[in-house]
Order: sequence, then structure tokens, then C-alpha cells
Amino acid sequence: MTTLPATTQKKLGLVIDLDTCVGCHACVISCKGWNTENYGAPLADLDAYGGNPEGTFLNRVHTFEVTRETAPPMVVHFPKSCLHCDNAPCVTVCPTGASYKRVEDGIVLVNESACIGCGLCAWACPYGAREMDGAEKVMKKCTLCVDRIYNENLPEEDRTPACVRTCPAGARHFGDFSDPDSHVSKLSAARGGFDLMPEQGTAPVNKYLPPRGRDTLDVPDLASMCEPAPKTAKGFLGWLDRALERL
Amino acid sequence: MHPAPSLILFTVLSGTGFGLLVWLGFGLSAPLGLAAFILFGLGYGLAGAGLIAAAFHLGHPERALKAFTQWRSSWLSREAVLATASLAVMAPHAASSAFAATPLPLFGGLGAVLALATIFATAMIYAQIRAVPRWHHWSTPPVFVLAALAGGAMLAARNTLAHWLMLALAAAMVAHWVAGDRRFVQSGSNTGTATGLGALGRVRLLEPPHSGRNYLLREMVHVVGRKHAHKLRLIALGFGAIIPALLLMLPASYGTITLALVLHLTGMAAQRWLFFAEAEHVVGLYYGKR
Repeated sequence: MTTLPATTQKKLGLVIDLDTCVGCHACVISCKGWNTENYGAPLADLDAYGGNPEGTFLNRVHTFEVTRETAPPMVVHFPKSCLHCDNAPCVTVCPTGASYKRVEDGIVLVNESACIGCGLCAWACPYGAREMDGAEKVMKKCTLCVDRIYNENLPEEDRTPACVRTCPAGARHFGDFSDPDSHVSKLSAARGGFDLMPEQGTAPVNKYLPPRGRDTLDVPDLASMCEPAPKTAKGFLGWLDRALERL
Repeated sequence: MHPAPSLILFTVLSGTGFGLLVWLGFGLSAPLGLAAFILFGLGYGLAGAGLIAAAFHLGHPERALKAFTQWRSSWLSREAVLATASLAVMAPHAASSAFAATPLPLFGGLGAVLALATIFATAMIYAQIRAVPRWHHWSTPPVFVLAALAGGAMLAARNTLAHWLMLALAAAMVAHWVAGDRRFVQSGSNTGTATGLGALGRVRLLEPPHSGRNYLLREMVHVVGRKHAHKLRLIALGFGAIIPALLLMLPASYGTITLALVLHLTGMAAQRWLFFAEAEHVVGLYYGKR
């Protein structure tokens, strides 16, 4: 049934640290790699070697520039994937029951064999977290690597989403937000984790951490140090100039 | 939003078909025999053609039956259930009117209510989507419902009724445009809230996540073709409602009614094209486009 559960036993999700992300896109690639080979239909690439290549991705990294009033502009790399919203609008619009939010852990999933590919859930999502696969014509979205996090065939350190496991900067964290003592809950509380587009009423589970303020050095006015050096003559005239100066 | 031809065809044709069935079902137009056969055939034909056009929009039409299951939460599922129920409940009334010259008002009335609910459900599929602020407004359902009822009344040859409904439709379209032009700003979503960085300063996209296109951009960030929006609004208003309303004031003849019908359908196609092309999805904020 595509009604949303009133509560979920766990609230699994990600914390994404915009201060730490270096914009390397490794999470994008590892996500595509894992999810093409595992849960559900592979993530198609269309015209991969042609003039207009495009593909299905569950995670993409945008880069924004913030122009500030009193400080230099800031570049912020911004990874974006499904936020596993508590009030997920993509779930309730689904006419077939293919979209659902799990009661046990709050993960929003698509049962691909029931998906008719109408695309309405992708319309309903304000974040662009769902993409219709170009080859399979079913809706694809982040599964929080549901086939990794409970997978006892993997070493314990690998039982996190592929994007989290691969991030070389440690900008992505995975955990249970329903537990106030979990790593992600504490991190989000300590660093002022925020929701994307709260005005859309989706109550996202994933939280983003704001960029920290940059250090300010107590340096003299650099511009004055860049003034052209006074012209000094070289050779005999230079010697004469210095000699006369000393007199 | 991408103005898919299948969706424009579906909403216009199917809407008009169900609108006609509303009037036939309520017995405001009570044709018998051959006339009933033709009119009910037209209603069922238009409604059915629209539904088939909509099925072409699906990635997996072979699983379409599953769409009847989620009526508790999904307007799309409700639309499927209501459309089928309305066509089924109306069938005895239609058959009896055409072949036995005996209308069955109970089936007709119930079928008409269901047909009206179907049109409303179609509108709600769009109006429920908060991520498209222009659609997410009370002014969306009146446009769909009045367009269907006005077109249906014209087909049912209730000319006075159609005349007034056309004028109401004109007002509804203008209200939808006027309100719609402010909806994105009113929604409160902007690049600042989308990234959560708005408190730091002015946010703009520096680099998109990829150089090519993707599904999201194709489906939800339709920025081309809005430059003729003003002219298309005039076409939608004039052809879709005002001129048909004036033609309906003339002494009724097949010529004027046919002309009014063709103009109305053309105008409604323009209106639906704009309905999609002008609708901005908030996901565009992540791509520096609206």
C-alpha cells in the first residue's frame, strides 16, 4: 500500500558534510557501480560512446557558488541523492503500490516489477531524486544500498552505502536518526544539520551540514604591499644614488 | 514540465468525452435510438481514446492493471478506478437509450457523478504536486472541470448551457494564469532553500553535475517554447472559450457548432500545452534553470 507508515522503527539516512566534500564525484561512480550490478535493473547509459551520452544516476554532485556580503565567495560541492523523507510525496502518488516506505527502517524503495513507468513519483519529488531508467523504463532511486547494509556476506566495514564507504574525504555518514545517541544524530546536532527545501513539507531524513566559517588571518592590507617598488637606478647611477643617500 | 503530446491529447479528449457523458448521464440531453447511439458512442470513444493515449505515456503499459489498486492514496489510481467505474455504470443507460429507447436514470445519474469525479481526479493528479507550484493551487481543478463540462455540453447540443460554461471556463483560465504567475515565488522555494546555503549569501550554480542531459532535465525543466506564452494564452482564451461562447449565441446550425467545437478543442490543446510548458518544477533550482 502506498500510504506512508505513521512511524518507522528506525530512520536510516545520511549526513552529508558540505564543509568536507571536495567534489571528487567518487560517490557518484561507486553508487553507479554498485547499483548497476546489484539490486534491481541496471542503471542504463544511453549513447555512451556517441555525441550525447547520458545515463541514470542515483546520486549526483552539483557545485554551487555562494557570494557573500563581507567575505570572499565560497564554492560548495553539493552531493544529492534520495533524502528518504518521512513525508515522502513520491510514495503516496504511486498508483500501483510500487513505491513504498519501509516500516522497519524508513528506506524508500521501488518494487520494480510493479512499476508501470508513469513517472508521477519523479514529478512529485522536489529534489530530483528519482530518475526513470532510459532502458528498463522503470523508476530508479537510491536504496541506501539496502543490499549492502544488511549483507552478512560482506565484511562489517563494508555494510554501509557504497557512497559512504568510498568517500575519500569522510564527507558522508550513514546511521539511524531515530536514535538520538547515534553517530549521525549527534553529528547533525553538533554541526547544525539542516533539511533541503523544508517549505516543501517533505520532512527529509537526510541532513546536510553547512560549510564552516573560513579562518580569517590578521594580515596587513595586501593591496598596499603590491604597490610598485620605487624605481632605483642601476650601475654607476645606482651607486651614486646610494652614496648620496648615505651622506 | 515537458508538454508530452500523449498527455495533452489524453486530458483534452478524455476530458471532453467524460464531460459529454456527464450531461448524457444526468439526462439533460436525453437522446434515444440512433442519436443516443452516436452521442454515447462519441462520449465513450473520446474517453476511451484519451485513456489509450495516456497508456502510451507509460514505460510498462502491460502492468497498467496494477494502477487500480492504490485508490486510497493516489489520485492517478483514483482516476483509473473512477474512469472505469463511470464507463461501466453508464453502460446500461447508454445501451438502453440507444437500443430500447428507454433511458435508465439511476445508472445514468450514478455514471454522471462518477464521470464528474473522474475529471476532478485528473485535475488533482496535477494539483496535488507541491513541487510544481503553478499547479499546486485551487485554480487548477476548475480549469479541467469547466473545460470538460463546456466541451461536453456543446457536444450534447445544450447550447445555452455550453455558452455559460464557456464564459466560466474563460474566467477559470484567466484566474489560473494570474494566480499561477505568482505561485513559484509564493512557494518559498529558491536556490537558497534548495541548497540550504541561502543564509550565507547569494547562491548560484557554478557547475552542473554532468555536461549532458538527463531524465530530470528532459521531463521537468522545459524552458524552451515559453516565449510565445502570451500569444498562446490569447489563442487558448479566444479559441478555447470566448469565440465558441459567441458562436453559441448564434442560431444553432451544424456549421457554427462544428466550428465552435474545432476552435474549442484547438484552444484547449493550446491551454494544455501551456499548462505543462509554463509549469516550473522546483528541481530546476538545482540546475540553475526554471
